[in-house]
Amino acid sequence: MPATLLELICPAGSLPALKAAVDHGADGVYLGLKDNTNARNFSGLNFDARSLAEGIGYAHGKHRKVLLALNTYPQPATLSRWQQAVDTAAEAGVDAIILADPGLMAYASKTHPDLRLHLSVQGSATNYEAINFYHQHFGIQRAVLPRVLSLPQVENVRRHTPVELELFGFGGLCVMVEGRCLLSSYACGDSPNTFGACSPGHAVRWQQTPQGMETRLNGVLIDRYADHEKAGYPTLCKGRFEVQGETYYALEEPTSLNTLELLPEMHRLGIAAVKIEGRQRSPAYVAQVTQVWRAAIDAVKANAENFRPQTSWLAQLDKVSEGSMHTLGAYYRPWK
Amino acid sequence: MLKKDLKLSLGPLLYYWPRDLTLDFYTQVAGWPVDVVYLGETVCSRRHELRLDDWMQVAQKLADAGKEVVLSTQTLIESESDLKALRKIVENKNFRVEANDFGAVHLLVQAGVPFVAGPALNIYNPDTLACMATLNAIRWVPPVEMPRSMLISMPVPENMETELFSFGRLPLAFSARCFTARRYNLQKDDCQFRCIDHADGLDLNTREGEAFLVMNGIQTQSANVHTLAHRLNELTETAVTHLRLSPQSQRMADIVKLFRDALDEKISAADAKAKLETCMVSAGCDGYWLGTSGSSMGAD
Repeated sequence: MPATLLELICPAGSLPALKAAVDHGADGVYLGLKDNTNARNFSGLNFDARSLAEGIGYAHGKHRKVLLALNTYPQPATLSRWQQAVDTAAEAGVDAIILADPGLMAYASKTHPDLRLHLSVQGSATNYEAINFYHQHFGIQRAVLPRVLSLPQVENVRRHTPVELELFGFGGLCVMVEGRCLLSSYACGDSPNTFGACSPGHAVRWQQTPQGMETRLNGVLIDRYADHEKAGYPTLCKGRFEVQGETYYALEEPTSLNTLELLPEMHRLGIAAVKIEGRQRSPAYVAQVTQVWRAAIDAVKANAENFRPQTSWLAQLDKVSEGSMHTLGAYYRPWK
Repeated sequence: MLKKDLKLSLGPLLYYWPRDLTLDFYTQVAGWPVDVVYLGETVCSRRHELRLDDWMQVAQKLADAGKEVVLSTQTLIESESDLKALRKIVENKNFRVEANDFGAVHLLVQAGVPFVAGPALNIYNPDTLACMATLNAIRWVPPVEMPRSMLISMPVPENMETELFSFGRLPLAFSARCFTARRYNLQKDDCQFRCIDHADGLDLNTREGEAFLVMNGIQTQSANVHTLAHRLNELTETAVTHLRLSPQSQRMADIVKLFRDALDEKISAADAKAKLETCMVSAGCDGYWLGTSGSSMGAD
């Protein structure tokens, strides 16, 4: 069995969100610095040295963990900034850093041998040989799996690696393998890998037209909404497009991942942690989702066999979900 | 490097073509002016018109014709059977292997053989590239989104070759989901191999009818064809040694020849661009090279 089991890891896009997560039962929070060293590089989000110190103080005061995401890919001109971020994290006393880039892992493991390393979902490790590569060469202790594997596939990974596994449990759903999607830079020049954001705000335009509300990304029409439809953020894999004369959500509907009902199975498989997506969401969102998941994980740990998601939990989560629709994603085979 | 000394590579076939068409295609490749040919299925494990044994036969014929042959591995490796297929490729004794996943890198390092670090490995900085050199990578393919400005500032380790994706619809994304099967309301496990009907992928347009992306099974590509034939003079300051041309269904022989002639300065950059445009399956783009949106085409 891993050292931890079903830790609840919650998003902290800001200090108030961090406090909300800790106060409502997160075992750990993950956060990023205020630049493109992390994959939620949106204005108004993230931490500077001062808020980081305060956040760590708050979390550690309540015996919770702080994980710092440095999960974009450093580039030649700015590599030193990523390395400084590793130093900053180590000196601030975070419990682990979450990395995707092998070069940066080499730097971290050499410079800060005692600093715990997690493999980011942006590292695109979808099989145990890949995870074991990062473990053997850089001492990675936990891997966050891309949202592409079915549960039997997760179980197979678990059997073949000593590395702890963290799974996404709830929130925004990437239909593409994380770290292997350049759709955003193809449309607007900035990709998650280098810029730290998909479909970034500066490229987004909302425009009311006689045909309805249009959402565009760098001029590309991502969707158009009739008056009775609620317009969503133009994440480009969740737009409606035309294929062979038919207009539909060609890649993915605007749904959220919700794996609450899979918790007993995750428990049985010895999954170390469940991750909630949403560093771009409000403290109120974080509080609500954390509270529900805390209750659910406690219920599973108390009695996994008789676990059933409570109707009130699902209702609470439905209220805050993107598009108000839920899916089990790739954990459920027919989704593919 | 002088333009004339640059080598041409034919990238792995990203589409699913019928067996006879595929075999016929590679019979022709033997006579084309390409130096390196990448073979194998890199997109979907369900595709089986050619099995590994078939690819090995194609590989041998191309090697006999004087080509350097590299076996490319699948990009998204999920299941135990994917790993089994990967191990077979890694264990082959005759041909070099291109790793498109760190699982493949792991097995190649364990086997102690030199390899090509493929475009899906996300090598964006000198430290990671140096790390790959230590692990015995002898050639690397930068991410397709890497601009010239970034490539120029990458110190490339000695003896490491650099292969640039220079022609073809751009492989942009991979998913567990098959978008082609989804189009036909089929589940991936019962996809009926509908991607075989789309020799250059299935077009995805915006609601305004603008060509945007192309669905190729679990892979999403650009609708526009990325081309650098008119920018060959810009390569000389970089460490690029090989240009990768990605197969399309039509006029690939002409495309290869145009690139070779442009490198040998038998035709001008403007001529190469104009002639290529008559060969491409859709409009051209070069925005990634210029450091802007990949779909755009810069001014000459």
